[in-house]
Parts: sequence; structure tokens; C-alpha cells
Amino acid sequence: MSDTALDHTLVRDGKPIFHLTTEHHPESGTLVGFWIYLMSDCLIFAMLFATYAVLGQSYAGGPNPKELFDLPLVAVNTAMLLFSSITYGFAMLQMDKGKKNAVIGWLALTGLFGLAFLGIELYEFSHLIHEGAGPSRSAFLSAFFTLVGTHGLHVTTGIIWMATLMVQVSRHGLIPENRRRLMCLSMFWHFLDVIWIGVFSVVYLMGVL
Amino acid sequence: MSTPSQIDNHGHAAVDDHHHHADAASHGTFKSYMTGFVLSVVLTAIPFWLVMGHVFESGVVTAVLVMAFALVQIVVHMVYFLHLDTRSEGGWNMMALIFTVVIVLIALTGSLWVMYHLNANMMPMSPEMMKNMP
Amino acid sequence: MLSNVDLMTFLFGKLTWEVIPLHEPILVVTFAVVALGGAAMVGALTYFRVWGYLWNEWFTSIDHKKIGIMYIAFALVMLLRGFADALMMRLQQAIAFNGSEGYLPPHHYDQIFTAHGVIMIFFVAMPFVTGLMNFVVPLQIGARDVSFPFLNNFSFWMTVAGGVVVMLSLFIGEFAKTGWLAYPPLSGIAYSPDVGVDYYIWGLQIAGIGTLLSGINLIATILKMRAPGMSMMKMPIFTWTAFCTNVLIVAAFPVLTAVLAMLALDRYADMHFFTSEAGGNPMMYVNLIWIWGHPEVYILILPAFGVFSEVVATFSAKRLFGYTSMVYATVVITILSYIVWLHHFFTMGSGASVNAFFGITTMIISIPTGAKIFNWLFTMYHGRIRYEVPMLWTIGFMVTFVIGGMTGVLLAVPPADFVLHNSLFLVAHFHNVIIGGVVFGVFAGITFWFPKAFGFQLDPFWGKMSFWFWLVGFYFAFMPLYVLGLMGVTRRMNQFDDNSLQIWFVLAAFGAFLILIGILSFLIQIVVSIRNREALRDITGDPWNGRTLEWSTSSPPPAYNFAFTPVVHDHDSWWFMKKHGYVRPEEGFIPIHMPKNTSTGVILGGLSIVFGFAIVWHIWWMVIGALIAMLGVTIAHTFNYKRDFYIPAADVARVESERTALLSAEI
Repeated sequence: MSDTALDHTLVRDGKPIFHLTTEHHPESGTLVGFWIYLMSDCLIFAMLFATYAVLGQSYAGGPNPKELFDLPLVAVNTAMLLFSSITYGFAMLQMDKGKKNAVIGWLALTGLFGLAFLGIELYEFSHLIHEGAGPSRSAFLSAFFTLVGTHGLHVTTGIIWMATLMVQVSRHGLIPENRRRLMCLSMFWHFLDVIWIGVFSVVYLMGVL
Repeated sequence: MSTPSQIDNHGHAAVDDHHHHADAASHGTFKSYMTGFVLSVVLTAIPFWLVMGHVFESGVVTAVLVMAFALVQIVVHMVYFLHLDTRSEGGWNMMALIFTVVIVLIALTGSLWVMYHLNANMMPMSPEMMKNMP
Repeated sequence: MLSNVDLMTFLFGKLTWEVIPLHEPILVVTFAVVALGGAAMVGALTYFRVWGYLWNEWFTSIDHKKIGIMYIAFALVMLLRGFADALMMRLQQAIAFNGSEGYLPPHHYDQIFTAHGVIMIFFVAMPFVTGLMNFVVPLQIGARDVSFPFLNNFSFWMTVAGGVVVMLSLFIGEFAKTGWLAYPPLSGIAYSPDVGVDYYIWGLQIAGIGTLLSGINLIATILKMRAPGMSMMKMPIFTWTAFCTNVLIVAAFPVLTAVLAMLALDRYADMHFFTSEAGGNPMMYVNLIWIWGHPEVYILILPAFGVFSEVVATFSAKRLFGYTSMVYATVVITILSYIVWLHHFFTMGSGASVNAFFGITTMIISIPTGAKIFNWLFTMYHGRIRYEVPMLWTIGFMVTFVIGGMTGVLLAVPPADFVLHNSLFLVAHFHNVIIGGVVFGVFAGITFWFPKAFGFQLDPFWGKMSFWFWLVGFYFAFMPLYVLGLMGVTRRMNQFDDNSLQIWFVLAAFGAFLILIGILSFLIQIVVSIRNREALRDITGDPWNGRTLEWSTSSPPPAYNFAFTPVVHDHDSWWFMKKHGYVRPEEGFIPIHMPKNTSTGVILGGLSIVFGFAIVWHIWWMVIGALIAMLGVTIAHTFNYKRDFYIPAADVARVESERTALLSAEI
């Protein structure tokens, strides 16, 4: 790990230097702090995954994954999220170039892909509930709805955040504060796609095997 | 105590207004984003094909492959989208990730091991009976 | 059309007049006392016109020192509530023999032991250690504040909000009757259809947000804001234990959040995670809650270990023995705390191999703690020991905690645990380590850093009174419980059939009474110290001849902590500075960049209470309204970009020259 770098010697005239004489700007903790928050979020999902792993075969005489999951729809959903990741990446590239309007544009597109993802997921959920396969049917379904639903709630939060940032960037431009916020949302958004990889693999794909 | 003098030179809440790019590496390029995207598409398409196309007879083999592809794609996301390397934030991001992964592994494997044994020591039932408990 | 009944249900959810416990005299009296006392306090504050001062200088402050003090003040208030529960239990168990059933029937007694545990762990111990870490760590690392001062304020108010939600259960409705961990199926909707468990869930979820964010805050602070020259291995040992504690917080509290959310879903949405039917598995709750629960107890004890390290070194006038091994021991404890959790439910049928594994890991985790004890003893050896009050607490800890640790290792043996699980032996063990470790550590820390926070020391006589009554009281209160546990007496019972047990419970009640005197002595100590503050004044800022950077500042420190950021050369930086001819700078001051106060934390905390109350009572429109309001306030807060200001150099110069004058008058 790098220590806080000193750009002057520690000793002057044989006596130790005891303090700085100019303003000290400690490194910003925002990015590492947000990363650590993401690690804690990762743990919440890990516990939901663990619960799904333990309870995921308790069908209580009710429907099982093979009967319920619509893999082509999940594939479309996965594509929506993946596209939204790349569009956010493009937004960040435009941020590096200082192009405010391009950033807002790519964010809008990202948000649309995110809304598409949510829309499809809500459709899937309502369909399942309609079929009598709601979260109160069995432990398997409780675990399914909670794991996938928590991910969906995070996506929703991300979209609200995205809209807020679009307004803020439009008003104040790509000032350092907004850049930091865009980088945090970037981490959040990509992290949600990482979680989705786990979801489609463990829940949907392995569910129908 | 502080006297709130309203000298506000900066107009924003930055403490690091000179851009500390210790995270200079953590900005991608068009090429790296596209590489990550293409890899992700491939690494997503293959598992879907393996399952939907019933490519392998054995469910176990398919499951293992699906997990393997998932792990690889997660790494791809970490590298190409999250720009994770051993230098970001002085190595603390990597350290935090490794610690989290270790805790997750302990909690997951521990829970599965413990719950399997707890369930095994319950009153004997056939697997069919267990699955269909009301 | 909506009938009247439907409208009432819509407006008020499950609230009716019957939920106000007018039929419970104890509660009526409590409410009267609280209401009168509260009214008196509000009246006094209004009469002396201090609301503005409180709001501007404390409630909206983002200063880590103020927030730390507020955490400790909150914890002290909650200690009185939690201890009242303890006294009630001791009294009940002491008198419920020879035909008497006592005065607390099971449905009341069960709420009391549940509230006692929840309040003591979440709203006394956690805020105490969080408060100490908040106050001390930035000063020890030479920083002006934590990484996210606004978040710090918010975290505090979320903790308070959670505590308020739990306290509301005393007067509106009831509390959980499940024990402090609320195991299902008992805590599920089928067997606890009342609001008690809901108060529990939402009080903890709200407080948990504060705790988690505080953990992230302190980690980022320690990683990013250390003074130049302070490498990780030159940090003060309290900062190291604070670091590991906050790593544990970030790694453990998400588990609690997830588990309680699942329990809430079972209760509110008819889901089946932990139900007895439809495929649920109650043991999964037990498994997950202890994956959180074991790291939680290390979250409580590690800061106490840090306090003891600082106190032992300071009052032995000697460098801490084995700094490196202390650091490694702390890190090892942090990691090992994740692989012992099953020892909390050895008896639940996981079988020999699982039990053996966790029994062995539990025994292993006692080793690094043992290493710490030896290091403290070696620090004291050949030191010039001063038996000031913090040192008394420390020595009390060493004896008491070791006994508690030994009973822990005894319980770690699965066959022994099969006999002793959920007996009073277990209750004695965990109180032994929590009181001997956490409580004694917190009191040592408070006494140690009080002069730094307020500018005058705590009265030593009343400090000693508090210590001796706590120490003797603890042994009277809990040694009988070891005996009772070995005889097979079960926990969480309000009465027993065997009259020969009574003498032990009477002894325990006597012990609780002694502890009460100890607590009162502590409160008297504060009052007496405030009245005698001139005589107890700390003028130099270094009343104990301390070793770490916080002692280089004035008492209390200025808002900006350090006029110039220190440069660090070695461990015990302040000791190094004193030994190498450090002279306080008296000129050349520069403007200092500081964050502004914020009201967002208080507002969000208040809205959380509204949310918590509403969701407990199923008042859905209020739930949605509160959530939307919280979202709105949060978003509005982010639109405020002007959150900081500069303290002019002239102001800094004035504060520093006032201190110079004070120091030279002293000489």
C-alpha cells in the first residue's frame, strides 16, 4: 500500500519537522468509501444468494423453475442491462473529454435501457403472480422474488440517481463534485451488472437444468 | 469555536480540487470498453446456448460450465468496466474486494455445509417428501 | 363506498386506543415519570433559551468531536433504560419463590429481557464504542475530521431514530417477546402476530443504516486522512482496533440487514423464508443471524482492547509492548471471528464434524486475545504505574475478562455446551466478557478522554466509587449465575419451582443493586466534576502525560483540531514530539478549510421515526409519504454544493494565541 507521500525531508537543521506549514489536502475518500459501500452491498446480495441456495429447492408442492422461467425473455433482459453498461461507459468517456451534453445524452440512453430492464422484469413478476407462483407460494419463490427483486430495487435507485445527476450536470457542468458522483454511479451501475451475472447464472440458467 | 466566515473560493464541496488522479488508470478507453462489452456478450451468449440448446447431456457439466463462464465474465466486468487493478486507491480497492470475496465464500460454503447437516439430521423423509412439504 | 371501519383502518392502520397499556401500572407510572421529566427538561431548555445553541452547535454539527460526545450521551441515557430492565428482572427472580409468582408475568417478563438485550447491545454498547472512535480517531491520526462529515451526522441521527422507535414500544403497543435475536418461528407472524417484533425489526434496520455508514466513514478516514509520515504500522493502537472494528461492521451488518429484511417479508408479505410450512427453514435464520452475531461481539470488544492499550501504555509511562504483535493479533481476531459462529447453536443438530470444526476454531480465537493480555502485562512490567481511574478500570478488566474468556473456552467444547447452552452459565459468561470487557473499557475510555473533550477532568473520588461498586457488584450479580447454570437452571424464566435456588437469586439482586450505586456514582461524578471544573481544569491539554497526537491539542481542541497538520516520525507521535524539543508554532497561520453544519441528518432521522412507526402499525399512506419525503430531502441535499467555508487565518491566530497565553500563565 502506498503511504501518504512526503515531498520534503523529515528533518531540517538537525531537528525533526513536526508539522506542515502549508494547507494539507488529504486525499478524497469518496471513491474508496463508495467502493467499500459496494462491498457491503455485495454481502447483502451474497446472503440473499445463500438463502436462495439453501431454500431454492423447497417448492412446497408448487411450481419449480423449469415450469416458470422464460429463458428467452431473461436473455433479452440481460442484453438490456449489458447495453446499459456500455452506454454508461461511453458517458464516462465523454466526461473525460469534458463534453457535458454528450454525457447527459449517454446517461439518458443508459436510463432507458435500465427502464426497459425494469419493465421486462415487472412483466415477468406480474405474470408469475398471475400464475399462482407469487412469493408466498413457497420458500423457493420467496427467495427468488427477494433476490431478483432486491436487484431490481437497486436498478430503480440507480435510475433515480441517474436522473438527478443529469439535472445536476446540466445545471453545474462537469465540475469535480459532479465527476466524482458520476464515477460513483458508474461503479454502482457496473456492480449491478456483476450481480446480474450471478442472478442469471445461478437462478435462471441453473434453475432449469 | 469556528466563526463561519462565508469565504467560499471554490463554489463546490471539493477537498481535492487539484485532480488527484491516483485513479488515472481507472478511466477506460473506447477500446477497453468495447473489448469488455464484446467479451461480455460472448460470455453471456455461450451459457444461454449451453442451457437452452441442451448441448450437454449431463446437468452437472452444464452447471459447472455456466458457473465458470459467470466467474470469467465477472472478472471481465471488474477489469474492463470497473477498472479494478492493484493500484486503484493505493491497492485498497483490491484488498477490500479480496476480503469481501473471502467473507462471501466463508458465509456461502459455511451456510451450505451447516444447513445441509442440520437438514440431514431432521426426521427421515424421502427427497420427494421433502420437496413437497406443504 | 368506504365504510367508517375501512376509513379508520386506512388512516390508522392497526392503531386503536387499546394499544396504549393503561392496564399495566408499571408502564403508566413509567410514562408519567418520563412525561414529567421530559416536560421539565423541555421547559428548562426553553426557559434558559438554549434551543438555538443546541441546534446550531450540537444537533446540526458535523464536527466528529461533537458527534462522538452526542453518541456517548445517548448511550448513557439508554444505559439507564436497559439497566432498569435488568433491575426489574433481578427483583422478579429474587422474589418469585415460596408461592409468590413475583410481579412480572411471563408476557411482560419476556418483553423486558428482550428489550434489555436489544437496548444494551444496539443502543448502549454500540453507540458507546462508536462515540469513542468518532471522537478519538481523527485526533489520533492528525486529521481535521472524518472523511464524510455530513454522513457522520446522518449516521448519528439514524442511530437515535432507531432507539426512539424501540422506546416508543414502551408506551404504544408492546415489544417483542422473543429474546434479543428474535428467532423464528416464534418471531414469525403466526406466533407473534402483535407489533412487538415489528418494532424490533424496524428499530434495528434504521439504526443499522447509521452503523453501516459510520463503518464506511471511519475506514475511509483511516485509509485516507492520516497525517504525513503516519504509515499504517505507525498508527496508534486504538486507531488500529478502530480500523478492524469498522471492517467488521462493514462486513457483518449487511448480513443483519438481509436477515431482518427476510423476517419482515415473512411477516408482512406472507413469504416463507423462516416459516415452519411451505418450505421455510427457521434454522437458516439462526445460521444467518449468528454469522452477523459473532462478529458483532468483536465489534464491541475490539475498541475496548484499543482503549486498554492506550491506557496501559500511558499510565505505565512505557511504550506498548509488542506493538506489531498487537496489530497482528487484532487482524487475526477480525478474520477468525467469521469462522466460529456455529458455537452459538451447537445443540441444534448439525452433527459431530460440524460441531468439532467450530469448537476448534472457537478455541483458537482465544489465543490472539491471550497474546494481548500478555502484552499489556509486559507493558506494565518495570513501568512506573499510576493508578488513576482509567487504570483501575483496566486492571478490573484484566481479571474479569480473563475469567469470562475462560468460561467461553469451556463453552466452546461442544459436549460441555450441550449441558450449558441456554443456561444461566451462558448468561453469566457473556455478561462477564461484555461488562468486564466492553463496559469497563468504555468507562476507562470516557474517563481517559473526558478532559480532552471538555477541558476538565472527572472527579477521581466518584470515579473510584463507580469503579469499585461496578466491580464488586458485577461479581455478586453474576458469579451466582455460574453456579445456577452448572446446576441446570435455564435462562429467560420468570420463576422456578425449586425454592433452594432463591438464595443465589437474592445474591444476584444484591449485586445488581451495587451496580446501580456504581451507575449513580458515575452520574454524580459528572455533576460534581462540572461543579468543580475549575479545580479539575486541564490547562495543558495533556493531563495524563499522554503519548499520542490527540494530547498535543488544547482541551477541548479547536474546531479545526490542528492549526498545522502534524508530520509523524514514529509511534506515540506526541511522546516523540515532547522528547525531541517540539515547540508550538505561534505564527504563520493559514486559513483552514472546514465543512458547514447541516440539518439534513436531523430531518432524515425524524422522518425515519415516522416511517418506522407507520410501518409497525401498518399505516401505509404514512409509510409511503415518509419514504417519498426522505427521498426528496436526500435529493435536495445533493443539490446543495456550497457545503464548506474557510476559517480565516486571523481567527486561527486568535485561538492559538489564546492558548499560548493560557499555557504561559500556567508556567
